[in-house]
Amino acid sequence: MGIAIEVNDLHKFYGPVRAVDGVSFTVEEGEIFGMVGPNGAGKTTTIECVEGLRRPDRGTIRVLGLDPQRDGYELRRRIGVQLQEAALHPRLKVWEALDLFGSFYPRRVDGKALLEQLGLADKRNAAFEELSGGQKQRLFIALALINDPELVFLDELTTGLDPQARRAMWDLVRGIRERGKTVFLTTHYMEEAERLCDRVAIMDRGKIVALDTPENLIRSIGAEQRVVFTVDGQWDDTLLRGVPGVTRVERIGERTVVYGRGEGLVGGVVSALERMGIRFRDLRTEQPTLEDVFLALTGREMRE
Amino acid sequence: MRGFWKLLLVQAKLYLREPIATFFTIFYAPMMLLLFGAIYGNEPSPFFGGRGAMDIAVPSYIGLIIVTVGFISLPIGTAAARERGVLRRFRATPLHPLAYILSDIASYLLMTVIGVLLLILTGRVVFHIRFEGNILSVLAGFLLGTTAFFALGYLIAGLAPTARSAQTVGMILAFIMMFISGATIPLEVLPAKVRAISQYIPLTHVVTLMRGLWFGDSWGQHWKEVAVLVGCLLVGGALAVKTFRWE
Repeated sequence: MGIAIEVNDLHKFYGPVRAVDGVSFTVEEGEIFGMVGPNGAGKTTTIECVEGLRRPDRGTIRVLGLDPQRDGYELRRRIGVQLQEAALHPRLKVWEALDLFGSFYPRRVDGKALLEQLGLADKRNAAFEELSGGQKQRLFIALALINDPELVFLDELTTGLDPQARRAMWDLVRGIRERGKTVFLTTHYMEEAERLCDRVAIMDRGKIVALDTPENLIRSIGAEQRVVFTVDGQWDDTLLRGVPGVTRVERIGERTVVYGRGEGLVGGVVSALERMGIRFRDLRTEQPTLEDVFLALTGREMRE
Repeated sequence: MRGFWKLLLVQAKLYLREPIATFFTIFYAPMMLLLFGAIYGNEPSPFFGGRGAMDIAVPSYIGLIIVTVGFISLPIGTAAARERGVLRRFRATPLHPLAYILSDIASYLLMTVIGVLLLILTGRVVFHIRFEGNILSVLAGFLLGTTAFFALGYLIAGLAPTARSAQTVGMILAFIMMFISGATIPLEVLPAKVRAISQYIPLTHVVTLMRGLWFGDSWGQHWKEVAVLVGCLLVGGALAVKTFRWE
């Protein structure tokens, strides 16, 4: 696999603000690469520098072997872009938008088939202003794919969508990768990055604080998983503390939280409870997430 | 220039989907002509140098259409496209900025031409208006006036922070100019003081040039109008390029 994007020591300042402060990373061909972090972390500035829409103050960027500033027109033929803040004319119809944007490229795919794949076939004659938030985003994906790009940029694709529409969007993005394309996306939803991305760069205050697969990132902080359940009445939890992997047990009223590490934690806790003949209910496990990674790395919660 | 024709077609369609813009660009001037023609007729009158009121009105109303498109439709359309992020989205494609701006200009020019043709047709069919000039000369004067006003229109859009402010500035200027430039009320009717002021507004020079060329004046007789409009085109155009923003 080759390298699709190579960014080295990228800096971008807005007056005294260091929006992007020395960022380096590579994106490999065929992967979904995610940049995640709170609003204002510098994700959009970074992605727009890579797309060639903003000029970096320092550092080098190569995209598909091209310099986005010097070879902008050549590059924009080969990439597809969905912008965080963009719109179309309110009265422009869906098919007209595809027809128009298709005419900007020397090579394009069949717009009708694209609309069908994105579930917009019955909206062909609808005006942009009549579309729902999710339909607008799907149209922007269609526009980003109209030139059969090698590399697709998705900036905050699912912001403002309801959970169901968001999940549908994830399937679409996976579909883009399955067609052999590289995806570079930004999001401020940790869950989205975790479920969707092959590799994730966590960004905070203009810097990348960690970059790896979601699993490795979560493993790296050595966070505990939790087993939570409810027991009615009195019982003795001494035996639970002896289960391999368990680090501590917390009891709040009828609820019990067992903290621990290791593959066999849940099985150990459940069989210990059964051996003791304790009737438990509402048992669930909580895995550490990228939210915990962010907290561990920055000392702050992701959510503002 | 890939994308030019498709974009021109789309811009023209979108213009026509805006009922207010369509009405004021295409139907307003012919409607005014019918109304005032019904009142004053088109009998030759010494007051208009042996011509009828409608003979004068048709070339004058061309100025009305030019200022409507140049100072109202164009600044609002440009500032709104910028504000909505339409221009940003175009920038993320290989569409060349020159292709965008040329097709934008061409779409507004097309609308102006349609309005002017309908106006002339109405005048010709209903009032049998006289034409004593040279068609190519009138066309050249029309293009000069139109491009000068488009340059100023893009400048308004460039200076205005929002689409709303572009609309406010454009409409106020357009409506003031319409009534003291001879574009609606003939200059001959205006009091001397107003006529003196009207020499300082660009639309007066469009109207005077169009009326002159319509009745066969030479360009040399109108060097002052031509100088003002070329000045508007060059200075306005240069400032418009400087103030143009994609976002």
